[in-house]
Amino acid sequence: MWRFISLRLLQAIPVILVVITVTFFLVRIAPGGPFDSEKAVTREVKAALETQYKLNLPLFQQYTAYLGDLAHGDLGPSFKYPGRSVNELIAAGFPVTAELGFYALLVALCIGGLAGIIAALRPNTAQDYVPMSLAMIGICMPSFLLGPLLVLIFGIHLDWLPVSGWGDIPGDKILPAITLGAGYAAYIARLGRAGMLEVLSQDYIRTARAKGLPEWQVVLKHSLRGGLIPVVAFLGPAFAGLLAGSFVVETIFQIPGLGRFYVQAAFNRDYTMILGTTVFLSVLIVLFNLLSDILAAWMNPRLRAQFGNN
Amino acid sequence: MSLLEVQDLAVSFVTRNGTNTAVDGISFGVELGKITAIIGESGSGKSVACYSLLGLVPMPPGRIDGGRALFEGRDLLQLGESELRKIRGRDIAMIFQDPMTCLNPYMTIGKQLMEPLLYHHKVTGEVARARALELLEEVGIRDPESTIDNFPHQFSGGMRQRVMIAMALINEPKLLIADEPTTALDVTIQAQILKLIAELQHKRDIGVIFISHDLAVVADIADQIVVMKQGKIVETGNREGIFHNAQHPYTKKLLAAIPTDSKQARPGTVEPLIRVQNLCTWFEQGKGKEPVKAVNNVSFDINRGEVLGLVGESGSGKSTIGRSILRLVHVTSGQVMFDGTDVTALHGGELKHMRRRMQMIFQDPFASLNPRMTVYDTLAEPLLLHGIEDRKSVAQGVLKLMDDVGLARAFVRKYPHEFSGGQRQRIAIGRALATRPEFIVADEPVSALDVTIQAQILDLMQQLGREYGLTMLFVSHDLAVVRHLADRILVLYKGEVVEQGTGTELFESPQQAYTQRLLQSIPGRSLHA
Amino acid sequence: MTTQTISDIAQAEQGTSLWKDAWLRLRKNHLAVFGLVLLVLFVIIAVLTPWIAPYSYQAQNLELGASPPSAAHWLGTDIFGRDLMTQIMYGGRISLAVGFVATAVALLIGVTWGAVAGYVGGRADAVMMRLVDILYALPFMIFIVLLTVVFGRNMLLLFLAIGAVEWLTMARIMRGQVQSLRQQEFVEAAISLGLSPATLIRRHLVPNALGPIIVYTTLTIPNVMLLEAFLSFLGLGIQPPQTSWGLLISYGAETMEEFPWLLIFPGVALTLTLFSLNFLGDGLRDALDVRGAKD
Repeated sequence: MWRFISLRLLQAIPVILVVITVTFFLVRIAPGGPFDSEKAVTREVKAALETQYKLNLPLFQQYTAYLGDLAHGDLGPSFKYPGRSVNELIAAGFPVTAELGFYALLVALCIGGLAGIIAALRPNTAQDYVPMSLAMIGICMPSFLLGPLLVLIFGIHLDWLPVSGWGDIPGDKILPAITLGAGYAAYIARLGRAGMLEVLSQDYIRTARAKGLPEWQVVLKHSLRGGLIPVVAFLGPAFAGLLAGSFVVETIFQIPGLGRFYVQAAFNRDYTMILGTTVFLSVLIVLFNLLSDILAAWMNPRLRAQFGNN
Repeated sequence: MSLLEVQDLAVSFVTRNGTNTAVDGISFGVELGKITAIIGESGSGKSVACYSLLGLVPMPPGRIDGGRALFEGRDLLQLGESELRKIRGRDIAMIFQDPMTCLNPYMTIGKQLMEPLLYHHKVTGEVARARALELLEEVGIRDPESTIDNFPHQFSGGMRQRVMIAMALINEPKLLIADEPTTALDVTIQAQILKLIAELQHKRDIGVIFISHDLAVVADIADQIVVMKQGKIVETGNREGIFHNAQHPYTKKLLAAIPTDSKQARPGTVEPLIRVQNLCTWFEQGKGKEPVKAVNNVSFDINRGEVLGLVGESGSGKSTIGRSILRLVHVTSGQVMFDGTDVTALHGGELKHMRRRMQMIFQDPFASLNPRMTVYDTLAEPLLLHGIEDRKSVAQGVLKLMDDVGLARAFVRKYPHEFSGGQRQRIAIGRALATRPEFIVADEPVSALDVTIQAQILDLMQQLGREYGLTMLFVSHDLAVVRHLADRILVLYKGEVVEQGTGTELFESPQQAYTQRLLQSIPGRSLHA
Repeated sequence: MTTQTISDIAQAEQGTSLWKDAWLRLRKNHLAVFGLVLLVLFVIIAVLTPWIAPYSYQAQNLELGASPPSAAHWLGTDIFGRDLMTQIMYGGRISLAVGFVATAVALLIGVTWGAVAGYVGGRADAVMMRLVDILYALPFMIFIVLLTVVFGRNMLLLFLAIGAVEWLTMARIMRGQVQSLRQQEFVEAAISLGLSPATLIRRHLVPNALGPIIVYTTLTIPNVMLLEAFLSFLGLGIQPPQTSWGLLISYGAETMEEFPWLLIFPGVALTLTLFSLNFLGDGLRDALDVRGAKD
């Protein structure tokens, strides 16, 4: 197992390096410098600014300097918010995004997983059709539509829940978490159903029934693990999707998280911020992918043994 | 008083396309201390009948239409699910066909073994574990202490079936239902498992229902035999009665399908068509790993007009040899001389020309035909490719082939999924014959078929072999079939030739220990005596 | 050919091909048929929009402003007094075009890549699929945002970027198909007949790999459309004066408190299309009996 983990970690390093390099050069070849729009800036001031941000150096030296800083965990200063570093901005925004993502994942796993299992237990009955129809709606209703609709219904019409903010008024975390999590709940429900159906049709389930085990034990002890492996393997991609989804949800609900910073940085051409955030998020996603792969492999004794023995 | 008394049991399946009767009013009994075998081909309803007793047939679409099944005075068919559950795994236990898929791959075998005991008898974990160890020992698992916490994939097929048996017996049931428990196993393993089941049954004096498609398999162990066909019982009798005094024509047909004779030695020329010399076919396993030596330094000749039988268990390399000769796998080293030409050195047009002269018939009739091509397209392809027929005459060529392999001309525009297994195998034979080959590799051509169909296809192959003047390499795990068909037999073990000779030579005086073991494992030896 | 042969062949009953079989099964699936009909309808409308749209795309009516649905404007008007139905029809052209074109890009790259890797096998396969694995691990959503920032916001880039993300799965599926087909006995039989690789691929591999590809393609289009809408919603995708459903939803969301129809109708259009495609895709999967092609 350790071999598997270290192997995957080693493979992750070039991926992260590629991300950093590609992002860096993409940002640098972008047309228009960061200070172009500020008309008041004189040529001297601009030159001073460029020196300060090392933009006067040759491109490759900028790159190595950036890598050097990165090695120390320094993502550089923000272009748009003078005096603040990208590290500070991420430190301010990420906890919010992480919390939102965590709740959304919770929503997705609990509701989606449960719905999938319930549907698989009695395929082609109402118990299957109802949750699966809901899942289909969840898949076809993107978060940027669901969010405003939920706001319209529960925030404005019914006036049950706050329509924006994060941690200001009790209950203001509910709608964002549901908005972000719903699509993934739907996806997990479908994955879980397919996985469970596959497992429930296996011969060893018949063996379990032939032992006289009650149905709940057949499901819990014999089917769940195998049936949920696809769901676990999906957690990595889901995490990446959740982060991207947070861009939208944080914009809709005006949540001061990393996603909103990122979109704002994209509009403002705050290059160091884009660069820093991309690197940060990419590393996070690569690591999370790794984690979900390891977890899925761990759940399969055959894979576990394969990597444990050598 | 029987242990189990089934009367007029009827089961059907209700689907959108109508109701299919799977079991049509059958009655039989199982005695304590006796093995009752239920014999039938696929679709005979033998498994459904037994599964329905325990409520293991999914309902819907399954439906019990009537009958009684008295087990210790209680009618199983009238019991509710929770009462049935108390009987399942405690009083009546089951083992299944494929040990590779019947154990939960995510649980250690120890946990799976203990489960019925813990659930039905509420014993402590320690007691259950001790009992599980005892049973593992009893079914012949070496060193149970260190293997009980292993996962199923760490065991071979035979060992897994032993674990299954231990699991079934852990609650000391009174009745054991064994559904084709040896069909997925190699012949030597099959013999061991059959012996084990018979021993355990005898020791415990319990009743056993042994479901099988193969009369030969039960010949040595069954006390009572029930023969089923299309949901009905056609004949019931004790072993003597069925094997030596069968009444029903279907039973006779099943018996006749068991080949028991050796092919007469073939007179005539000894002129090798094929010389295989030091053939090695290894499969790379990736860096740093030993390659799998599927075929290792094998040499033999096949004479013109001869049927050479290639016998071995799984992993013996018998299929790989056939595929190596036909250049379907990459040959590592060695030569395959076909009529003086080294096949392994051919390329392009020469290879294509050579391919015309040698063809293959595959094992699985469901996989060996392109599902998106009609019979016509399948048969016309080789005819046109090798210019055997032109556009004008190809239809005639196709129909001639269909006549030859015994398929009605009216089927010519049908697709593979519209045919039965036997019919598909006929199509595949037709395709192989289309190029007018001199040599054919038949890779387990009948092992996926029902026994009565097997006999038909074997007859067809023999007849066509004579008509077309074919030389044949007949690959099989089934010694009896090979003996019946082959002029000479090659015994393979782990990629190497162990012994060769005519059927009579091998069967009457096997020289090597492995051959002897193989021969002793042939099911139904009591029939030959 | 003798007359006997001709009559024998002519009299032979035509078998049911797997395609026909699948079509018969699909026809029984009401949701899938519904999806197919709706989809065809939407595509026809999108193609004909310039001729059948009730108003001109640019026509504003600032006096009217935002108005709820009425006889003159069935779906109401936006804050500039533009007819919403016209906007949705033109937006649909873009959304559907992005969906189809980007999927086609993904299809082309993915199928070729996967087929080559699966067919050639060995070291080339290992290298090619390793690359796919690496790309899989990249956070593409974030990359796409980045790309739109760097290169400005143009449609072609959007196509390419989205296509570049979606081809990976297509390549994996195709490779899996080719690999499993290569081990099928009927392919071995075809090889031993002496067929050339081209004929083998054309007659034996492609027709059998087509099912999963069709299913997956149908299920990729809605993904792509979602991606486009997502980017447009953030203001990083389609730019005015062009419009798309994602952009319309984004405008609608800004003013939903006063003018909810501006959010709801574009939302319905997008959701209905996604429904249609997903229903059709699921139906095709069941009909063609494709297992494990993404659920």
